[in-house]
Amino acid sequence: MSDNRLSVFKTYKLYVGGKFPRSESGRVYEVTDSKGKWLANAPQSSRKDARDAVVAARKAFGGWSGATAYNRGQILYRVAEMLEGRKDQFVREVADAEGLSKSKAAAVVDAAIDRWVWYAGWTDKIGQVVGGANPVAGPFFNLSTPEPTGVVTVLAPQESSFLGLVSVIAPVIATGNTAVVIASADSPLPALSLGEVLATSDLPGGVVNILSGKTSEIATPLASHQDVNAIDLTGADAALAKELEIAAADNLKRVLRPPVSRHHPEKGAQSAAPSSAVDSDGTADWTADPGTHRLTAFLETKTVWHPTGALGVSGSSY
Amino acid sequence: MASAFEYAPAPESRSVVDIAPSYGLFIDGEFTEAADGKVFKTVSPSSEEVLSEVAQAGAADVDRAVKAARKAFEKWSALPGSERAKYLFRIARIIQERSRELAVLETLDNGKPIKETRDADLPLVAAHFFYYAGWADKLDHAGYGANPRPLGVAGQVIPWNFPLLMLAWKIAPALATGNTVVLKPAETTPLSALFFADICRQAGLPKGVVNILTGYGDAGAALVAHEDVNKVAFTGSTAVGKAIARQVAGTDKKVTLELGGKGANIVFDDAPVDQAVEGIVTGIFFNQGQVCCAGSRLLVQESVQDEVLDALKRRLSTLRLGDPLDKNTDIGAINSAEQLARITALAETGEAEGAERWTAPCELPSAGYWFAPTLFTDVTQAHTIARDEIFGPVLSVLSFRTPDEAVAKANNSQYGLSAGIWTEKGSRILAVANKLRAGVVWANTFNKFDPTSPFGGYKESGFGREGGRHGLEAYLDVR
Repeated sequence: MSDNRLSVFKTYKLYVGGKFPRSESGRVYEVTDSKGKWLANAPQSSRKDARDAVVAARKAFGGWSGATAYNRGQILYRVAEMLEGRKDQFVREVADAEGLSKSKAAAVVDAAIDRWVWYAGWTDKIGQVVGGANPVAGPFFNLSTPEPTGVVTVLAPQESSFLGLVSVIAPVIATGNTAVVIASADSPLPALSLGEVLATSDLPGGVVNILSGKTSEIATPLASHQDVNAIDLTGADAALAKELEIAAADNLKRVLRPPVSRHHPEKGAQSAAPSSAVDSDGTADWTADPGTHRLTAFLETKTVWHPTGALGVSGSSY
Repeated sequence: MASAFEYAPAPESRSVVDIAPSYGLFIDGEFTEAADGKVFKTVSPSSEEVLSEVAQAGAADVDRAVKAARKAFEKWSALPGSERAKYLFRIARIIQERSRELAVLETLDNGKPIKETRDADLPLVAAHFFYYAGWADKLDHAGYGANPRPLGVAGQVIPWNFPLLMLAWKIAPALATGNTVVLKPAETTPLSALFFADICRQAGLPKGVVNILTGYGDAGAALVAHEDVNKVAFTGSTAVGKAIARQVAGTDKKVTLELGGKGANIVFDDAPVDQAVEGIVTGIFFNQGQVCCAGSRLLVQESVQDEVLDALKRRLSTLRLGDPLDKNTDIGAINSAEQLARITALAETGEAEGAERWTAPCELPSAGYWFAPTLFTDVTQAHTIARDEIFGPVLSVLSFRTPDEAVAKANNSQYGLSAGIWTEKGSRILAVANKLRAGVVWANTFNKFDPTSPFGGYKESGFGREGGRHGLEAYLDVR
């Protein structure tokens, strides 16, 4: 290959409703690597882009939540397969975004691929783990089943542009929710490229929608959006998280707070940090065992009763 | 309509309960006056008789109670689960022993029929403590990891519709998991919680583990906002629930909210009509309809609408409204003048917006707060009475033609707490139950409760579950 060949740049675009639009605002912003070198222009999403993404996510919810858990697992596994084939691209993008050596970036991408596999396996198991029959004191069949909450807004972590991203998207959609994802503001390129992988993984359009831009500009209308059911605040700092949680109360969204340490040494509570997913300095460790809490955070429990017809002294009542 | 049978009065005796003329707040194991000395009266809604005068907690009392709970937390949470369990078993047993007394007390203070307090509320209260008692030493096996830790001090605010049962739903799981509690009962029904404080003393529960603050909304708000509260549990209106969600934003307080509802009770054309009618009655007239999971919207398939409504009106005409202490009474008093005014206003709105009102023919007592069983036909989805929670004995009737239409109408609500399905076709039950966005679905039954069965809402009916293994999560430091 000739050294003086001019390479073809990629136009990074949003991923909404299975398509790749530019921001309706026509805005872009410069994305640089960790040393400040220009990498690409990314779309700077507007509140209209956010609303369009909600419409797409809502439209996709019926089909995706109604798909069999097995089918969702197959598709999540397919995402892992597609990523495996495009690993070089993501290693390069993650290395640029996070200032990692090629080998460290490769480890991150490997972990992200494995995370898809982990959650692919969860789709048809979480229902048995968190649901089940309840032994009520009466002649009733009584069954609790987890169901997806609906449309979930996800503020992807700001630092971990790919492993963190995958770690917050996969559990949301594994259970049948649909997602509007706000990529890391400074490092959105791996997220926008992930959209291209999702589009070729049999994932129905609208199940995952990916927006890039200023986190607070996109998140604010989503937090108060009446057709959004839940919000994952992982990528918000403390001030923004509080503001969004207040807005989210308008329609009682389910809120997953940022994974900061819950230690409050000055208080008597002494409540330990909930899991190993938080380092001692309070930042997230995305390589830790994810557990199930990101799955259960966006699940509702439905309990169905039906009489069984008890056998009474006078004989059968069924 | 003339009654088929005349019934002689059969009142339950009041003498089993001894209500003191005044009660204090229960803080750190002692009854104590409010810091500012304020008191308020609690009346019997069926007669407007003043039952007692109770201390009215303010912010200073909230602080004192939270401090007591904090102090008690260290030892209580360090107790072996098996010991905590035995305290809860003791409490459950004492509730059973004193259930007649508590049933009469609850009926006096709340206005609901003795038939309900005796046969529903109290048995469920005892069962709830029994159920969670057994969890206290089995938390390692509950699916929340090894040695799950309690959160700390739980601030709990409960409503007036099931005063003692809501207390049980809050306190039993909190104590089983090793938390300590500050609980505020509703201002119109403070007495059973204060009797429960006495039960804690009889059970020898360590001081400060349970604190009861009687008072108004300001005390509840102060409790929710207190910076040393780790867990907030609230049952009540959606408006207050949203205010709480805003209040705790940015804190590390864990929150569960059990809020309003506008449950759809769907009757298909193949449903057994007599059973469905009983279910409709249970759904909306149990506890005078003052139930968050009430089946307050009847969705009836067009082809059987007339038949179902005729049978329903016939049945409603036989309901006995009156003295809640009478063992034959089906419909008791509305809990407060304020609630009666709200129900009355919403019913008037129903008429004004064009729905057709039908009221069961029954005489209302001259004293107290009463509202006759009422249903509205010609209701559209846009009507206020089809959208807003009335929290009273008022049923809004809508019709549908196809199962899809029934599901769409049922889900057309900001709420998502309960729903009912009446049909003989199994696949239809399961398909419809799957599509309903509601936390509890009763098929061919309604308003059934059990401590093992998780309860709670979708959407603006709140979040978190109470009851069952699921109910433990709200009080454990797990996510």
